[in-house]
Amino acid sequence: MNQSGMTLIVKNTARLVSGFITVFGIYIALTGHLTPGGGFAGGVILAAAAALVVLSFGRESSSKLITGPACHVADAAGALGFLVVALLGYLAGDFFINFVPLGQRHHLASGGAIPLSNLAILIKVGAGLAGAFLALSAFRLAPRPDLTGGEEL
Amino acid sequence: MGIELFIVVLIAFMLLAALVAVEARDLLSSVIAVGAAGFALSVIDLLVGAPDLAITQVVVEVVALVLLIRVVLTRDDTSVTSARDVLRTGAVLLGAGVLLAAVFFAIGGRGIPQQGGGTLPPFGQPVLSHAPDAAVPPGVAADYLERGADQTGAVNTVTAVLLDFRAYDTLGEATVIFVSILGAYAILRRIGRRRDASTPDQEEGTPS
Repeated sequence: MNQSGMTLIVKNTARLVSGFITVFGIYIALTGHLTPGGGFAGGVILAAAAALVVLSFGRESSSKLITGPACHVADAAGALGFLVVALLGYLAGDFFINFVPLGQRHHLASGGAIPLSNLAILIKVGAGLAGAFLALSAFRLAPRPDLTGGEEL
Repeated sequence: MGIELFIVVLIAFMLLAALVAVEARDLLSSVIAVGAAGFALSVIDLLVGAPDLAITQVVVEVVALVLLIRVVLTRDDTSVTSARDVLRTGAVLLGAGVLLAAVFFAIGGRGIPQQGGGTLPPFGQPVLSHAPDAAVPPGVAADYLERGADQTGAVNTVTAVLLDFRAYDTLGEATVIFVSILGAYAILRRIGRRRDASTPDQEEGTPS
C-alpha cells in the first residue's frame, strides 16, 4: 500500500465517489441544452473529481492517471475543438452558423451544434482547471526567497 | 416579498463575509470567508431563478475553496501580525459604496443620451429587455424567449443564447480562460522544483 496521500478511509471513499462525480460532470455538460448546466459547469465538476483524486491519493500515485502534460494537451485540444465547431459553421454559410440538423426538441440529439460546443468546452475547462490545480499543488516545494535559509519546507 | 427580504439578508451576509475576508488575521479564515460569500451568491442566483448560474457558481466555489485551502495549508506564514483596523476599512468601503450609488443615480438615473438619438436605459434596468417607455429601443430578450427553441433546437434558452446567439462571446470567454490558465502555467512552471542547496542564488530577488 502506497503511503502517500491521505488515510485509507479517504482513499476508499474517493475511489467510490470519483467515478460518479466524473459521470455527473459529463452528464451536466452533455445535457446542457436540455437542463440547467453546460460545458463550463461540467468541466469544473471534472476538475473537482481530478482534485479529489490528486488530494486523496497524493501527487505521486495519481500521476499515473492525471499528468500535467496530458492536461495541457487536452486543454489545448478542447479550445481548438470549440474553434473547429465554430469554423465548421462555414459548411452552412458563415462563422458559428449551425451545421447540424436541429433534431427533435427535448431529445438528447437536438440543438444542432450546441452539444458539440458543450463537449469541447467540457474538455477545455476540465483539463485546464485540473492542470492549474496540479501546478498549484506543486506549490509546496516552492523556495522562499523572502526568508534566507528557510529550508524547513 | 419574502424572497426579496431573504435576498437582502443574503447580500448583507455577503458584505459581512467580504469584510471578514479582507480583514481576517488568518489567511485560512479569509479563504473560508470568500467561500461563504460565493455560496451566498449562489443561493441568491437560485432565488432569482438562474439555476444555470447557480450550478456554475457552486461548483466553481467548491473547486476554488479546495484549491485555495490546499495552497494556504502548504504555506506556514499565513497569519498577519500587524494591527488591523476593521472599523476604518468598513467606513471607507461604506462611504465609497454610497458615493458610487449617488453618482449612478445622479448621472445614469435619467438615461444617458447616445449618438444615434436614443438614450441608454436608466441604471438598473435590464438592457436587453423591452423598456416600458418608447424612448428606449426594444431589446432582443423577448425574441430570444419566443424563437430561441425553434431556431436553435435547444430548449434551455440560456444555453441557446450562450452557444448560438452569443457564441462569439463564449468564444472570447473560452479564450480568456485559456490565456489565463496559460499564464498560471507560465508563472508556476519552475516554482515546484526545489532549488539545490549547494548552488548559490544567482538571481536573488528576481522570480525565476
